[in-house]
Amino acid sequence: MALLLPWILSIPLFSIVILLLFRQLSRNQQTLIALLAPIAGLLLLAPMIPDLLQGAVFQQQWQWLPVLGLQWTFRLDALALLFSFLIFGIGLLVIFYARYYLSASDPMPRFYASLLLFMLAMLGIVLSGNVLQLWMFWELTSISSFLLISYWSHRSDARKGARLALTVTAAGGLALLVGLILLGQVAGSYQLDVILSKGPQIIADAQYPLILVLILLGAFTKSAQFPFHFWLPNAMAAPTPVSAYLHSATMVKAGIFLLIRLYPAIAGTDLWFSLVSLAGLLTLLTGAYFALFQHDIKGLLAYSTISHLGLITLLLGLDTDLATVAAIFHIINHAVFKASLFMAAGIIDHETGSRDMRKINGLWHFMPVTASLAMVAAASMAGVPLLNGFLSKEMFFSQTLHQSVLGALSWLLPLLATLAAVFSVAYSARFIHDVFFNGKPIGLDKIPHEPPRYMRVPMEVLVALCIGVGVFPQWLVGDILLAASTAALQQTPPAYSLALWHGLNLPLLMSVVAFVAGIVLYINRKELFLFQAGFQSTLAIHRFEGQVQRLVQRCRQFSQWAEPGRLQWYIAAMLWATVLLAGYPLLQLNSLQGERGLLPTDWFSAVLVVIMVLAAMATVIWQRQRLLALIMISVVGLMLSLLFIRFSAPDLALTQLAVEVATAVLLMLALYFLPHRSPKQSAHATLLRDLILAGSCAIVVGSLAYLMLTHQADSVSSYFLANAKSGGGGTNVVNVILVDFRGFDTFGEITVLGIAALGIYKLLTGIPRFKPSADADGRSWALDAHPLLLRVVSQGLLPLALLVSVYLFFRGHNLPGGGFVAGLVTAVALIMQYIAHGVDWVKPRLNLQFSALVASGILIAWLTGAFSWLFGKPFLTSWFDYFDIPLLGQIELASAIAFDLGVYLTVVGSTLLILANLGKLTTRHKPEHRGQI
Amino acid sequence: MQHLPILPVLLPALFAVLLLLQPQQASVKFRRVGSVLAMLLNLLVATALLWQQTNVPASHYLLGNWPEPFGILLVADQLSSLFVWLTTLLTLAVAVYSCAGDDEKGAYFHPLLHFLLMGLNGAFLTGDLFNLFVFFEVLLIASYGLLVHGGGKKRIHSALHYVVLNLVGSALFLLALALLYAMLGSLHMADMAQHISTLTPSETLGVKAAAGLLLIVFGLKAALLPLHFWLPAAYSQASAPVAAVFAVMTKVGVYSLLRVFGLLFGASAGALTGYGDALLWWGGLLTMLLAAAMVLAAVDLKKLAAALVLLSAGTLLAALGSGNAQVKAAALYYAVHSSWIGAIWYLLSDLIARQRGSVGDRLVPGPRLPQATLLGWLFVFSALVVIGMPPFSGFVAKLWLIQGLSTTSHGMLLIGILLLSSLAVLVAFSRAGSVLFWRAQPPIASATPTIIPSERTQVFAIVLLLLAGLQLVVFGQWWTQFCADAIAQLTAVSGGY
Repeated sequence: MALLLPWILSIPLFSIVILLLFRQLSRNQQTLIALLAPIAGLLLLAPMIPDLLQGAVFQQQWQWLPVLGLQWTFRLDALALLFSFLIFGIGLLVIFYARYYLSASDPMPRFYASLLLFMLAMLGIVLSGNVLQLWMFWELTSISSFLLISYWSHRSDARKGARLALTVTAAGGLALLVGLILLGQVAGSYQLDVILSKGPQIIADAQYPLILVLILLGAFTKSAQFPFHFWLPNAMAAPTPVSAYLHSATMVKAGIFLLIRLYPAIAGTDLWFSLVSLAGLLTLLTGAYFALFQHDIKGLLAYSTISHLGLITLLLGLDTDLATVAAIFHIINHAVFKASLFMAAGIIDHETGSRDMRKINGLWHFMPVTASLAMVAAASMAGVPLLNGFLSKEMFFSQTLHQSVLGALSWLLPLLATLAAVFSVAYSARFIHDVFFNGKPIGLDKIPHEPPRYMRVPMEVLVALCIGVGVFPQWLVGDILLAASTAALQQTPPAYSLALWHGLNLPLLMSVVAFVAGIVLYINRKELFLFQAGFQSTLAIHRFEGQVQRLVQRCRQFSQWAEPGRLQWYIAAMLWATVLLAGYPLLQLNSLQGERGLLPTDWFSAVLVVIMVLAAMATVIWQRQRLLALIMISVVGLMLSLLFIRFSAPDLALTQLAVEVATAVLLMLALYFLPHRSPKQSAHATLLRDLILAGSCAIVVGSLAYLMLTHQADSVSSYFLANAKSGGGGTNVVNVILVDFRGFDTFGEITVLGIAALGIYKLLTGIPRFKPSADADGRSWALDAHPLLLRVVSQGLLPLALLVSVYLFFRGHNLPGGGFVAGLVTAVALIMQYIAHGVDWVKPRLNLQFSALVASGILIAWLTGAFSWLFGKPFLTSWFDYFDIPLLGQIELASAIAFDLGVYLTVVGSTLLILANLGKLTTRHKPEHRGQI
Repeated sequence: MQHLPILPVLLPALFAVLLLLQPQQASVKFRRVGSVLAMLLNLLVATALLWQQTNVPASHYLLGNWPEPFGILLVADQLSSLFVWLTTLLTLAVAVYSCAGDDEKGAYFHPLLHFLLMGLNGAFLTGDLFNLFVFFEVLLIASYGLLVHGGGKKRIHSALHYVVLNLVGSALFLLALALLYAMLGSLHMADMAQHISTLTPSETLGVKAAAGLLLIVFGLKAALLPLHFWLPAAYSQASAPVAAVFAVMTKVGVYSLLRVFGLLFGASAGALTGYGDALLWWGGLLTMLLAAAMVLAAVDLKKLAAALVLLSAGTLLAALGSGNAQVKAAALYYAVHSSWIGAIWYLLSDLIARQRGSVGDRLVPGPRLPQATLLGWLFVFSALVVIGMPPFSGFVAKLWLIQGLSTTSHGMLLIGILLLSSLAVLVAFSRAGSVLFWRAQPPIASATPTIIPSERTQVFAIVLLLLAGLQLVVFGQWWTQFCADAIAQLTAVSGGY
C-alpha cells in the first residue's frame, strides 16, 4: 500500500498540467479536473485507514542525493492521515466553493493550478519521511501561497500582502533549514524515523538550544505566532476561498504540524516550555484582543485565527501528553469552523460587495440560511456547548489548570486563558450581531440576497460537522484522534474522555465566566473602541514596505559609496593590497641578500641605468607635453635594449628594439586622436598621496627583484641548455625554448597578439571619423603630408628591410633572430610605406587582408603542432633532420621553422591590422564593420 | 583518445581561425551555423572528456613530448574537465543566443567567442604556471574585445576600467612568476609543490610574497573585495550575450585559487600550508555582504544580475577559505550552478528590456510585455533557481554548503550571511517580478515603443541553460559524487605527480 503514496502526490500535479494545457475548457470542466485531485486522494487513502488507525506506518523511499542525506521518503502514519484528511477534505470544499466565488473575468486555470500546487505542497509536508524533503515542500507552500495571495495581481494590497507573507515565511524557512540540518547531524540522519527515536540524545546535545530556536523560528513564522503574526491579516487580500483554505485549515497549520511531528524529538525541556508556551500565550491574547477591533470581516477572522493558533501552540508548550491531544483536537475543530466562517465572509462579500461590518448590517433579512449557518460556526468559535469548539476549549481550560510549570505563578495561566476566551466570545458576538442584525445595511452598492444554491453546500457540510463533532465526538473523531495522538507522541497518550458533559467542574465554570463576560464586553464595546482609537496605528504592510524602502535606500547609498566609479581609486586599492601582501613577508626577512654574490659595478651599465632612471623621471615630469614624454619613454626602452646586450641577451635586445619602434609608431598615431589639453594638475596633497603609494610599490618591487637576483636555485633551465641542440635541433636556446620546449606558450601568445589586433580593429570600427585640424597650440598640420624625402627613403628601405627580416627569420633557430623579430621588422617597413605615401597609394599596391594573415599564421602554427599527431606524438612534438643538398651543403630542416613561420605571419598581420587601421581612421578607408579589412 | 585533453583548447582555436578565414561573401547565416556547429563539436569533446574523467585517473598531456617537469603539461582531471564542460555549454548557449542579431552589432563576435573559450579551457587544463599566465592573457584579450562589442560611450568607459585593472593584474602575475621561478626553479605546478616542502626560511618568505601577488591576481579575476570594482560596471554595460559568458569569468579566478593554491599550499607545504585561507574567508564574507546590499540596491535587472554574480563569487571565495573538503565540494557544485544561472539572468533581462521600449530593464512600472506569459514563466523559474528554492540546483548547492559548514567550528558566520543574502535575493526578485509583470500599464496608443519579440534562438538558449541546471538536480547523485571526488582527487594529487 505504501506504493500508493507517490500517487497521492502526483494526482494534483496531473490536474495542474491539464488545467494549464487546456485553458479553453469550460468553468465546470475545469472545476471537475481540479476536484479530481482531492477526490482521488481521499479514495486512495481510504483502504489504508484501518491499518493506520491500528498504528501502522507506511513508508516508501528512493535514493536521490545520498551525499547530502536527502532521499525521497514518503511516510504515512495516523497523524499524517489526519492532516491529509483536512487538506483533501477542506480542499475539496474550497474548490467547489471557488467555482461560484470567482467571477467570469478571473482566470480559473491559474487559480486552480496554484491552489492544487499548494495542496501538493501541504501534502508533501505531511507525508515527508525525511526532514530535508519536508523543508522542500515547506518552501513550496510559501511560493504557492505567494501566487495565491497575489492572485488579483492588479491590486496593490494583494501584491504587497503576498510579498510580506513570502518574506516572513521564507525568512523563517531559512532558519528552519539550518535548524533541520543541525538536527539531522545531531541525530545522525535526516530520516524522520531516526530523528524521532533519538529524542534524549538530541536534547542532551550542546547544540540543542540553537536547533530548537531555529526550528521554532520556522514554525512560528509559518503559523503566525507572536511576534511574527503581522503577515497574516495582510494576506487577507487573497480571494476568500484562498483564505478559507490557507489561513484556516492548512498553511498556518504547517508550523503547528511541524511542532507536533518533531514533538518526541525536541520537546520536553524547560526551554521548549518557556519559548513555545510564551509565544502561544502572547499570540492567543493579542489575536483575541485585536480581532475585536477589526471592521473588516476577514480581518476579524484573521486575528481570530491568530488567536486560535496561539491557543494550539500554548497547548503544545504546556508539554504534557494530554495537552498535545487537546492541541490535535483543536486543530480539527478550528479548521472546520474557521473554514466555514471564511466561506460565509466570502458569500457576504460576494452578495453585498463589501466586508465592512460598519456597513453590512441586518443581513438576516436578506440571507437567513447563510446567516444561520454562519451563526452556528461563530458560536462554535466562541465555544458554545453542543458545538465542536466547546469541547476542545474545555480540554484547553482543564489543561491550563493542571500544570505547575510556572511555579507559584501557575494560577496566572487559567486566568489569562479565560481572558482570551472572553475576547473570543466578544468578537464572535460582534461577528453575529454586527453582520446579521444591528439595524439595516448602510450604503451598499447592491441589494444582498442568498448566494447560488451550490455555493452554500460546502458551508452546510462544515457546519454539519461542527454540530456532529460537538454532539458525538467519540463516534466521529475519537478513533482518529487517538491514533493521531499516538503517532505524534510515539506512545499511547494517557486516558481521556471526549464527552460533552464532564460534570460541574472548573473548566465549565471558566466557560460560563468567559461567555457572560464576553457578552458584557461586547455590549460595552464603545468605550473599548474609544480606548483603542487612542493608539497611533500604522498597518503592518505599510511599516514593512517602508522598512524595505528604507533598506533599499541605504543599500543604494552604500553601494554608491563602495563603487565610486573612479579608476584611480580602484588601482590604488589594488596597489595597496599588493604592498601589504607582498611587502609583509619582507618585514620578517633579516636580509634580502641571497647566497649569490654581487657583481662589481661597471661604468657602462651604470651610465645606462642612470640615463634610464633620468629618462623615466623625465617622462613623468613632462607627461603633459606628450610628444616629449613619448621620446623620453623611448629612451627608457633603448637603454633597456642596451642593457640586454650588456647582459648577453641579444635576442631580447633585438626584440625589445623592434617592439620599441612599433610602439612608438602606435603611440604617435594614438597621440593624434587624444585630446590636446591634458587634465589639470592634481592638488599637492593628492600628489603626495600618490607619491607615497608609488614609492611603497617601488620599494616592494625593488626589494623583491633584489631577492630574486641574489638567489641561487637549481632550475629547469640547465635542462634546456643541455638539450637545446640534441633535442630541439637548435643552438639558440632562447629560440628553442620559444618554439619547442615552450612552444605551446608561444602558440598562446601569438593568439593573444592576433586577438588583440582583432579587438583593436573592432574598437576602431566604433569610432566616428574625425580629423583634428590643428594641434593644441592652434598650429595647423603641415600641408605636405607625404614629404618627398621620406617617400624616397622608405621606398628604398623596403626591399632591404624585407631582406633583413628573411635573414633574421632563417638564422633564428641557431643564432639571435626568429619569427617574432622578423615579423616586426617586416611590419614596421610596411607601415613606413603607409606613413610616407598614404593609404590611397599603398592600397592598390599591397591589398592584403590582414585578418586573414593573422588567421593563417595561427593556422600554420596549429597545423605544425598537430602534424605530430600523425606519428602518435603529442601536439607540437618537434622534428628535425640534416640533409645534404648539392650546392648548399648540409641544411637543417626542422618543424620549428614551420611553427616560426606561423609566428611571423601572425606578427606581421597583427601589427599591420592595428597600425594601418589606426592610420586609416582619418581617411575614407576608415575601418567599418563588414567592410574590407 | 590520447589527445582528448588538448582538444578543448585546440578546437576552439581552430574554429576561431576558420571563422576568420571565411570568404567575405559568406552569408551571415552561414557564419552563424558554422559557429554554432563548432560549439556543438566543442561540447561533444568536453562531454567526452568529462565522461572519461569519471573513471580514469588524471591524465597528463605532455606538450612537445618533453618529460616532466621540463615541458608544458596539461592536466585533465575531474576538476578541470568539470570546468571545461560547464564553460563550453555556457558558450554554446551564448553563441546560440547571439544569433538573433547581437553578433552582428560589431566585428568578429564569433571568432572572439571561440578564442575566449580557448583561453578559458586552457586556463582550466594547464598544469604549468606560466602557461596559465598565457591562457589568462588569451582569455582576457578576447574578453576585452567582447566587452566593447556593440560600442557606445558607457560601454567603452567601463571596458577601459576592466582593461587597465587587468593589465596591472597581468604585470603582478609576471612578477609573481619571476619570483616563484627564482625561488623554486620550476614552473610545473606539481613540481613546484614538491620544492615548497623543502625551502629555506628566506625562500619561504619569497614564495610567500609571490603567493600574496598571486592572491591579488586571482582575487582580481574572482572579484574578491576590494578587487571587485571592475565587475558591476563591466557586466552591466556589456551586451547581453557577452555579459552572460562573463558569468564564468569570476569562476576562472576561483578555479585558479582552488588549483594553484590547492597544489602549492596544500598539506605538505610546511609553513605555507593553507596560505590565503583566512584572507579568502574574510574577503569572501565581505564580498557577499556588499553583493547582498547591491542586490537590494539594484535599479535595473542587469545590475541585479551583476550583483548576483558578485554574490556567487563571494560565496565561492569564502567557501574556499573555509578549508573544509566537504564545503569545497559543495562550492564546486555551486560554481556550476551559479555560472549558468548568472548567465540566464543576463539573457533574460535583455529579453525583458527589449519588450519594454524606453523603460528597458529598469525596475519601474512600464508597458505590459507582449510576451508576458512566456517571459513570466522564464522569470519565475529562473528566480526560483537563483533564490535557491527547492528542488532546483540552487537549493541543492545551498543545502550542501550549509551541511558542510555546520560541521566546521567557524562555519556559522558564513551560514548566516548565506541565508541573509538568500533573503535579500528573494526580496529583490519578488519586488522586481511584481513591478515588471504586475504593475505594468496598458500600452499608450500614441507612443508605441519599439517592441522586439523574443526570437526562438534566444528563448532556446535560456531554456538550454535552465535544462542544464535542472539536470544537475535530476542526476544529483552523479553530480554530487563527481564534485566530492574531484576535491578528493585534488587533495590527493598534491602529493606528487
